[in-house]
Amino acid sequence: MSDARPWADGGPDMIQLLTPEGEFVETAPQEYRDIAARLSDDDLRGFYRDLVFIRRFDAEATALQRQGELGLWASLLGQEAAQVGSGRALRRQDYAFPTYREHGVAWCRGVDPVNLMGMFRGVNHGGWDPNDKNFHLYTIIIGAQTLHATGYAMGVQRDGAVGTGDPDRDTAVIAYFGDGATSQGDVSESLVFAGVNNSPVVFFCQNNQWAISEPNEKQTRAPLYHRARGFGFPGLRVDGNDVLAVYAVTTAALDAARSGAGPSFIEAFTYRMGAHTTSDDPTKYRLSAEVERWKLRDPIERLKAWLAHMGKADRTFFDQVAREADELGADVRARCLALPDPAGTDMFEYVYGEPHPVMAAEREEFTAYQGSFEGAHGDAEASLEGSHA
Amino acid sequence: MSAAAAANLPKGDGPTAYPRTSTLAKGITSGLRAAMEHDPKVVLMGEDIGKLGGVFRVTEGLQKDFGEERVVDTPLAEAGIMGTAIGLALRGYRPVVEIQFDGFVYPAFDHIVSSIAKMRSRSLGHVELPMVVRIPFGGGIGAVEHHSESNEAYFAHTAGLRVVCCSNPHDAHWMIQQAIECRDPVIFYEPKRRYWDKGEIAGEPSRGLFEAAVVRPGTDVTVLCYGPMVRTCLQAAQAAEEEDISLEVIDLRSLSPLDTGTIVDSVRRTGRCVVVHEASTFLGLGAEIAALVQQECFFSLEAPVARVGGYNVPYPPSRLEEDFLPDLDRVLDTVDRLMAY
Repeated sequence: MSDARPWADGGPDMIQLLTPEGEFVETAPQEYRDIAARLSDDDLRGFYRDLVFIRRFDAEATALQRQGELGLWASLLGQEAAQVGSGRALRRQDYAFPTYREHGVAWCRGVDPVNLMGMFRGVNHGGWDPNDKNFHLYTIIIGAQTLHATGYAMGVQRDGAVGTGDPDRDTAVIAYFGDGATSQGDVSESLVFAGVNNSPVVFFCQNNQWAISEPNEKQTRAPLYHRARGFGFPGLRVDGNDVLAVYAVTTAALDAARSGAGPSFIEAFTYRMGAHTTSDDPTKYRLSAEVERWKLRDPIERLKAWLAHMGKADRTFFDQVAREADELGADVRARCLALPDPAGTDMFEYVYGEPHPVMAAEREEFTAYQGSFEGAHGDAEASLEGSHA
Repeated sequence: MSAAAAANLPKGDGPTAYPRTSTLAKGITSGLRAAMEHDPKVVLMGEDIGKLGGVFRVTEGLQKDFGEERVVDTPLAEAGIMGTAIGLALRGYRPVVEIQFDGFVYPAFDHIVSSIAKMRSRSLGHVELPMVVRIPFGGGIGAVEHHSESNEAYFAHTAGLRVVCCSNPHDAHWMIQQAIECRDPVIFYEPKRRYWDKGEIAGEPSRGLFEAAVVRPGTDVTVLCYGPMVRTCLQAAQAAEEEDISLEVIDLRSLSPLDTGTIVDSVRRTGRCVVVHEASTFLGLGAEIAALVQQECFFSLEAPVARVGGYNVPYPPSRLEEDFLPDLDRVLDTVDRLMAY
């Protein structure tokens, strides 16, 4: 069974600051303990709030899918710490390139969570302005975004926004991807390009153990973080369910990238507690005992235990966060249901930036056809008026 | 580039002077140079394009003058080149990617059709990718496998892309600059067997990037072609004239979008139409154009719309390419059949 798998517990190289029981690991590397020590109590409570909020949001989205309001949802359940720890390590000018599961990173970047639901509700393919929060659109093509991130980082270098020492100018890029993506040529090519160009990009691999139904051992013979060395830069494995450790190692990697030290690779060792998406049925390929074991490594419980033990947060705080999380759930539900369907002519609106004769002709044809039904437009208006009456 | 900006460029005999005689390849070189001088965000990327100047020397001398940051010798990985070019464009650069040979674009196909073509629409217009992908294409140079393909239909089929093709030094020089200025991604096909053709480059572009050109007026048959076939079709028109058949040769220049107005106007006058391209005919550009012509010129047609193209087989070994490729005789043979209706 699964603990017989080669790296089921992360192995001895895995960096951890909080044990699953919520105890601080005093033997962790000094560099990372120092970074964690610089966090204020407000920061730490903020991490907790992020973790709880994003899990609550994710649960609401899953419920909305079950009720037919979303066509699909890709749950991040279990991966909250990997996303919040890395997301909170980013500075305003940094840029994130997500997969379709990075709801926690989006939250940290300040993207309105309702925007994340648009593509799953079928009202758009993303639709937010990536440059608003420096958070690129979700990429569904597995691994493609690692190359986009690397190219963006090459642009950062050309802009001279690396190694100046100005904390508001020096810029790093973070590329998110999963264990399955590491088998894609694009990911290997991105490691090549980032390596030879010494680009300021952090490759952040959330190894959630499963690529839909295929476990790690179907994707790789060697631990994923070992890959980086072959491309000429450092790689490490961190406990992806330990928000402190993820924050610390990502902060160090981003600092190195911004300073001009080049790329690095972080394997966040975590677990996909839910299905791949709401269309998936994990009971067909994995045992519930494995899921039960990972429940004991829950990212939220360990932080909560540590915060309480250290006297950094109390019951009042935890209750308050739970209430606010429920408010968030209700809010995103209401706003998701209110997302308007796009106009049919929107199909033709955004394909080209400059005038295009086919777009103009088809838009006209579409409009004429839609208008050809007897009273089509008028009837719609009449029924709308009727509902107001 | 606007005509006004072009008017400020030097005239005389120098390498950037107008008018001047140039090969098609060097017309692209000087066009790239002008674009790079005009816009510091223009970055060239590709395999061997720096010190070597590209296998066809199209980028010769540019790295020396613009540096390694703007003329990038990339790792040998087309998906990597295309994917990182997307990232550079997202950061505000205008990448011009060289694919070394037509048959090497396929590893980058995913990035072109899944990301480049769709980025603007999937972001509801928030993100534009003003990129150019240069592809030397077509046969006729006795090359080995994968070096002689005509794969333009794949990209012309993909919404979100624009596809153009130059056929002479003047157009090569100006169309590459117009492509780089375009807000939308442009696949830029270069007829590699015409790289060494010489012609005059005048001081401003002759027309918009997406307009076709009537390169030889005629009255009996409209011959639609692009890239390497333009010269072939002009030669066919010359030969046909001796038999008192007047061919109107149109260089399409833009394959997506098509300049339907120029095509339709011509066929309504001539009543006959043949489309000529090196690409295999099945679902090639000719099929789309034939559909367009029968729809728009139905009552003017004197004969079925004909196609002359590559056979529907993998590009053959070079000893057979003269049999595979359309040539003057095959064009004339088809013209004769159309005239018999």
